[in-house]
Amino acid sequence: MTIVFKRTKGLTDVPFHYCPGCTHGIIHRLAAEALEELNLLDMAIGVAPVGCGVFAYEYFNCDMQEASHGRAPAVATGIKRVHPESIVFTYQGDGDLAAIGTTEIVHAAVRGENITVIFVNNAIYGMTGGQMAPTSLIGQETLTTPYGRTPDKNGYPIRICEMLSTLDGGAYIERVAVYDVMHVKKAKEAIKNAFTAQIKKKGFSLIEVLSSCPTNWGLSPIEALKWVKEHMEPFYPLGIYKNTLEGLK
Amino acid sequence: MAKVLMKGNEALAEAAIQAGCRYYFGYPITPQNEITAYMARRMPQVGGVFLQAESEVSAINMVYGAGGAGGRVLITSSSPGISLMQEGISYIAGAEIPCVIANIMRGGPGLGGIQPSQSDYFQATKGGGHGDYKLIVLAPSTIQEMAELTAEAFNIADKYRNPVMILGDGMIGQMMEPVDFESIKKTDEILPKKTWATTGKGKRGKKNIITSLELDPQLLEKHNFDIFKKYKEAQENEIRYEMKDCKNADVILVAYGTIARIAKDVIEKAKKHKIKIGLIRPISLWPFPQEPFNKTANKTSAYLVLEMSMGQMVEDVRLSVNGRKPVYFYGRTGGMVPEVEAILNEVKNILGGVL
Repeated sequence: MTIVFKRTKGLTDVPFHYCPGCTHGIIHRLAAEALEELNLLDMAIGVAPVGCGVFAYEYFNCDMQEASHGRAPAVATGIKRVHPESIVFTYQGDGDLAAIGTTEIVHAAVRGENITVIFVNNAIYGMTGGQMAPTSLIGQETLTTPYGRTPDKNGYPIRICEMLSTLDGGAYIERVAVYDVMHVKKAKEAIKNAFTAQIKKKGFSLIEVLSSCPTNWGLSPIEALKWVKEHMEPFYPLGIYKNTLEGLK
Repeated sequence: MAKVLMKGNEALAEAAIQAGCRYYFGYPITPQNEITAYMARRMPQVGGVFLQAESEVSAINMVYGAGGAGGRVLITSSSPGISLMQEGISYIAGAEIPCVIANIMRGGPGLGGIQPSQSDYFQATKGGGHGDYKLIVLAPSTIQEMAELTAEAFNIADKYRNPVMILGDGMIGQMMEPVDFESIKKTDEILPKKTWATTGKGKRGKKNIITSLELDPQLLEKHNFDIFKKYKEAQENEIRYEMKDCKNADVILVAYGTIARIAKDVIEKAKKHKIKIGLIRPISLWPFPQEPFNKTANKTSAYLVLEMSMGQMVEDVRLSVNGRKPVYFYGRTGGMVPEVEAILNEVKNILGGVL
């Protein structure tokens, strides 16, 4: 019998703690499969964030360091400078990367730090129970924007890929989504491209993944995936924002 | 190697390199900028890494990453910058990552000034960041000692898997003295191997995790008990101090770092006035040396603690003396450095009162 699918070696045999319908599980698996398929698990060192992804260090089957809130790119920089031949990645949410850790992500990109960032954007703070994120959409109701986010009171959502792609240090920057099979497959390709950029020492790479938060959005898992497609994707267009890899489109 | 005339800041940097430090992360702040400049020039010559971070917050987290990855790593700053690093220092202590942190103190609070001060004693020795943890804190008072303690600090950090702080001040950072680097011994071979470091699974097979997170309170309490076992060992093994002229001293001065040098001048000057003054100079500020107070408490009439602060170490001295003799305090703050004559007057006032 031919085995057509099996568990990736990139993940440990530990049950995820994520809420039903949350796409963190899919994104973990994609990153883990990418590491396995590129044969990087022995040389990979990951950095976990604060937020819903905080236990990522338990799940990825490689050396892992847990960072304080927002500082994962700085921690990854320290690791990469000690082990330039290893593959160093961070796994960060929107509160971690786009609010408290904006300085660290911008300057890791500016330096062209040869690391890969998996950026999970679900437009809300999940772990703390559903407050506004920097990426929350205009009109979005959250615990801290109970009447909907308005630009005059709460400012505008931040588009990370667009912003970071203006910096010279970026090697590969792409935004993907995981709301259906086709997009899941594309997301994995994107993550592999980002790791490839690092293998080729091209500089900073980041994959933003539009993700869902059924619990804090107050939607069913299926409705949540629909919300990503219908509300998030128009504001956060998918696609490659920066690519210095030859032979890739 | 012959003696070299160096600034304290430069001596600290060179000693770190000679002790095998190959990773330096920092952010410019006066009065310790000679360290960053020295490292920027020297690190490439020895195949090391110098990286100017975008902030002190980023710099200390780079240290967390590099130390976690097994590197021998140094970070230096001055008072306001060290305040910014406190969160990271707490994480580093929690995750048990060795590193050396130097604070070349300036006057505060807030932006304060750029003149020397010792007003970060509490922050260095009592915590600074959140949670139950300790730094091992060493305070040099000569440039030679700056070099030797810095080199030793790396070994102590590796031995206990804990951050070690060199607590100097702007004066000790900026002054120049001859330094002999021959006394800096490399003792890497007797240190435990960093089998816990994130180096990539490789042949090890088993993954390594570095974290300070433990949601189960029973396990977190155990972790705190465990790291305090280490601190108890440090209290047994890492206490350092100097005693000078304490035998038959009428008053014993207690001072560390720069002001301990001034205290030695006070002793000499007092001899001309037939006043016998001794000095206890704590070198390790944490663990704090209690032994010299046990040795002297029954033989002297009083202690006078000298600090370039409003009085911080004086609390540890009072705990060590434990009511056996009066403990007085004299300090200047905000970047002011006490003068010999002023201290001698304090001693005379004390002797007038207690003798």
